[in-house]
Amino acid sequence: MATPTTDDTKAPGALRRYARMLWADKLACAAALFLLMMLLFAVFGPTLLDGAASKQNLRARNAAPFTLERGFLYLLGGDALGRPLLARIIVAAQNTLVIAAGAVAASMAVGATLGLIAGYAGRTTGEVIMRLADVIMSFPSLLLAVIVLYMLEPSIGNLVLVLAITRIPIYLRTTRAEVLEVRERMFVQAAQVMGASTLRIIFRHILPVILPTLLTIATLDFAFVMLAESALSFLGIGIQPPEITWGLMVSQGRQYLTSAWWLAFWPGLAIILTTMSLNLLSSWMRIALNPTQRWRLELGGKRND
Amino acid sequence: MTEHLLEVRDLSVRFHTARGMVNAVNGISWHLDRGETLAILGESGSGKSVSASAIMNLIDCPPGEITSGQILFEGRDLLTLDAETRRDINGRRIAMIFQDPLSHLNPVYPVGWQIAEAGMAHGLPRAKARARTLQLLTRVGIPDPEAAMAKYPHQFSGGQRQRLMIAMALVLKPDILIADEPTTALDVTVQAEVLSLLEELQEETGMGLLLITHDLGVVAEAADRAVVMEGGRVVETGTPRDLYHGASHPYTRKLLAAAPGKGEMRQPDEAPAPILQVRGLEKSYGPFRALRGVDFDLRAGETLAVVGESGSGKSTVARLLLRLEEATGGSALWKGEDLLQKSPRQMAPLRRQLQMVFQDPTQSLAPHMSVFQIISEAWAIHPGILPKARWRARVAELLEQVGLRPEHAERHPHQFSGGQRQRIAIARALALEPELIICDEAVSALDVSIQAQVIDLLGKLRDELGLAFIFIAHDLPVVRDFADRVLVMQKGEIVEQGSVAQIFDAPQALYTQRLLAAGLDADPDVQADRRAARLALAK
Amino acid sequence: MSSMLGKRAVSSFISLMVLIVLVFFLSRLTGDPAALYLPVDASEAMRDNFREIHGLNDPVLVQFTHYITDLVCFDFGDSLRKARPALEVVLDSFTWTLQLALITMALVSAAAIALGSLAAFHVGSWLDRLASGLSLIGASAPDFWIAIVGIVLFSVTLGWLPTSGTGTVWHWVLPIAVLFIRPFGLILQVVRGSMITALGSAYVKTARAKGVRNRPVIFVHTLRNAMLPVITVIGDQAAALLNGAVVVETIFGFPGVGKLMIDSILQRDFNVILAAIMVTALAIFLMNLLIDIAYALLDPRIRT
Repeated sequence: MATPTTDDTKAPGALRRYARMLWADKLACAAALFLLMMLLFAVFGPTLLDGAASKQNLRARNAAPFTLERGFLYLLGGDALGRPLLARIIVAAQNTLVIAAGAVAASMAVGATLGLIAGYAGRTTGEVIMRLADVIMSFPSLLLAVIVLYMLEPSIGNLVLVLAITRIPIYLRTTRAEVLEVRERMFVQAAQVMGASTLRIIFRHILPVILPTLLTIATLDFAFVMLAESALSFLGIGIQPPEITWGLMVSQGRQYLTSAWWLAFWPGLAIILTTMSLNLLSSWMRIALNPTQRWRLELGGKRND
Repeated sequence: MTEHLLEVRDLSVRFHTARGMVNAVNGISWHLDRGETLAILGESGSGKSVSASAIMNLIDCPPGEITSGQILFEGRDLLTLDAETRRDINGRRIAMIFQDPLSHLNPVYPVGWQIAEAGMAHGLPRAKARARTLQLLTRVGIPDPEAAMAKYPHQFSGGQRQRLMIAMALVLKPDILIADEPTTALDVTVQAEVLSLLEELQEETGMGLLLITHDLGVVAEAADRAVVMEGGRVVETGTPRDLYHGASHPYTRKLLAAAPGKGEMRQPDEAPAPILQVRGLEKSYGPFRALRGVDFDLRAGETLAVVGESGSGKSTVARLLLRLEEATGGSALWKGEDLLQKSPRQMAPLRRQLQMVFQDPTQSLAPHMSVFQIISEAWAIHPGILPKARWRARVAELLEQVGLRPEHAERHPHQFSGGQRQRIAIARALALEPELIICDEAVSALDVSIQAQVIDLLGKLRDELGLAFIFIAHDLPVVRDFADRVLVMQKGEIVEQGSVAQIFDAPQALYTQRLLAAGLDADPDVQADRRAARLALAK
Repeated sequence: MSSMLGKRAVSSFISLMVLIVLVFFLSRLTGDPAALYLPVDASEAMRDNFREIHGLNDPVLVQFTHYITDLVCFDFGDSLRKARPALEVVLDSFTWTLQLALITMALVSAAAIALGSLAAFHVGSWLDRLASGLSLIGASAPDFWIAIVGIVLFSVTLGWLPTSGTGTVWHWVLPIAVLFIRPFGLILQVVRGSMITALGSAYVKTARAKGVRNRPVIFVHTLRNAMLPVITVIGDQAAALLNGAVVVETIFGFPGVGKLMIDSILQRDFNVILAAIMVTALAIFLMNLLIDIAYALLDPRIRT
């Protein structure tokens, strides 16, 4: 039985506490820094580098990487039209991340809301919502993508819509399963005994408990959605030029594979490093956001699960 | 020096835990002889189970290490033997049964096979192991043993599962049986049956029995000698009678003093009018009738205990009154208003007057909220009780009232011990200034000494605030000390009700008599009388 | 057990019905096949004729009725692209996909269960770290990128493996290797987690207290319990593969159902799309049933 500890009487700010826990897991820390860098690229990249990234330079067509003679932006080489790859990757970060973030946010909002309803409302409502999730799950997501992107045009907004729809079931099922479990817990019943309203129980007692799980899944899903968007763009039914995403860059570089491997390699590496960072951060969150697991990080000791 | 069957000498074990290295036991020594029952008595965290794990070579889960000592079994030090030799001793020479048999039986294999495996693991041919299993299932009293062989653990009751574990341990007639809290989660009548089964089997085979328990009553009932442990050390050893009458160590004395069931019984005050009148309360789950026509009254300021075994419906009564579940029939008049007919909206203001304290405070306190948030939520839900400016002061006041400190308000539930958590839950119930608190097994999950403190606290609050209690419990001695009146339930019906003195001194219903006789008392002499009474009733 | 399976079957059937209706209406929304199939300068009469032949001029409800009756008879009509029955076209491709999925899942399951269990026995060892690393990469790798890097490395630079097509055994190596990565990472993680839980469980303690040897403790007591969550994930991953590994099939020119589906979508070959969706949906339905049965066989608790 745990005895009360005194270390929390000081109660450092939550932010500092999480920073300390992040520091305890070096890999997650590196991942967070990498993601922060990508975020900065996404926010400032297009404004700073848009010109450089779209300026064609015939002499730099398929320029080889690792040379500074054409300037820093050509460090990773040039593409088929002689545009600097580094600049293009930085600029493409915005579309790539915005699409993924939009899709994750939308699917989480809708999925979690439906999941809360399915978990808290009566059996029939719950069943209907769950069948709906089944249909979405069994609907080939590619077909859905094509339909929507043909009906409407393949813009960023519509891409977000498609990806969001296909990811709703993940949040819906998780939320519902968690709600069904949490609503039976004693502290929810204790709140009922005190006379708490349904809304209060959902927002004060159930949601805070399942939010860490949802955030962890969202982080993981962010990586998945990024991959899905890349795959769609790669197949030519996602984002269309002149807009760019990393997936589209891989696709554009594919035909030069044998002569200029770097065209497809660097954007692919950007994808893989970002998704890997998200995965690492997600496993860190799984521990950091769980009050009963947190000590592993707070001790700064070796992680073993 | 004579050789004991099993002797633990100067054993120290430490574990790697959340808070670094913890010395679980420090230089403990004890011994067990053939045909003897030795009890290791201790509360949670005393390290009472650690030596058993060391004997069975199970110390690595959770990761731990033996830092010193010897475990001599027939003169050989187990700790110096190789793994294969120790494996061969396990189950064949020394067997073990555990608390919570459901999780200790493999859920996906038939129990017949699991029992036979204990023999087959040591080279007993399949057919012989099967025959032995069948014989043992009959011996431990499993109905229809042939069919039971093919069933799975989840298809048995708690008591039956423990019998299955016992059968599993006895396949190869071990010299020593270690029983770790074998009866803890069981009803009192089942507990008595399992203990007497163990005793009979011990007489038949002459094995040494090591009984690890937190329950003084179990010691008084079953042990020849007892070792009392506290904080990883043995503080005292002796026969149950010597310990009971002449404990020398303060911890043993404290433990004995905390044992409930010895104080003055309360005399109910017949004067006040009933504030709660329950009539014909019914609850059905499909065809199963969990409650059948329950009638009772509760007077203002009175403590009414509802006792019964699992499945008696005692907790259902509480849940129906608080509308956590809907009754299928009957009425419950609270000061003349029927609680069961109120809409959720009408019920809200009434909830202020009726509060509840749950069994397991670990689960009844929201893990993500601070103590301040947990307690002050009451006032957020019922505006008008207390202006927000005064919340902090009132929380501090309540925390002091339940024996905690005001600075605890900023902590989270997981930073407290079980007893402290239950105090927080009580403070939360008090925040609404209720007239009735329903305690559903509110002290059952706590250690004896903590239990006594929480009961003292409830008693103090009852006197100070004039609270009425409905006190749901399976533990009769606690009820005897705390209640005014008692209601005995069995299978959804009230079999008897009366003042605490009537129920405990002159029980009328046969079921009440059996329940009382099955309860274990810390005093070995009282327990001997009980045992006689139980045997008489069984005839 | 049968009642549980029955319930599952009914709910999957309802989902399938909704899917059928959705497919019909959504696919009509993507544009007029006549516009796509005929030359740009085709006359209005030719277009009309085309529509007439394929029943595209009927009111939507009539088309829908035809659609449903045809479905019930498993008659999907002819492929607009290849003058063959759509079902035949789809079954051809599906056979390829099925082989690819079965081989991949067999390899993935074997490898993930073996490595995941080993990692669980030695938590914190180099092996465990290797497993975590592999599963991290598996979950993070974009398959199209791995595929083209694989082609550059093994086909172009080293010349060991063919770049696309199906002819020989060697043609299967790269597609399977690429498809292997993601499910391997996911299943490995689940195996490791559930194996650790099972090894730390109370019934393992009992088995050891009985004197059961290490090997049966692991293979008899632990493995069966640990496999329960694992088969669910294996089922999910297999379902994803059956749906057609579009990207991998496209890159490696593998004639599977995923490639067929995207080609048909791009060319509005409705009959084939429909047949492909129905065949894969049915296959997934059957596979989920198999998973449910396996689950019930492994776990007696859900049989009652």
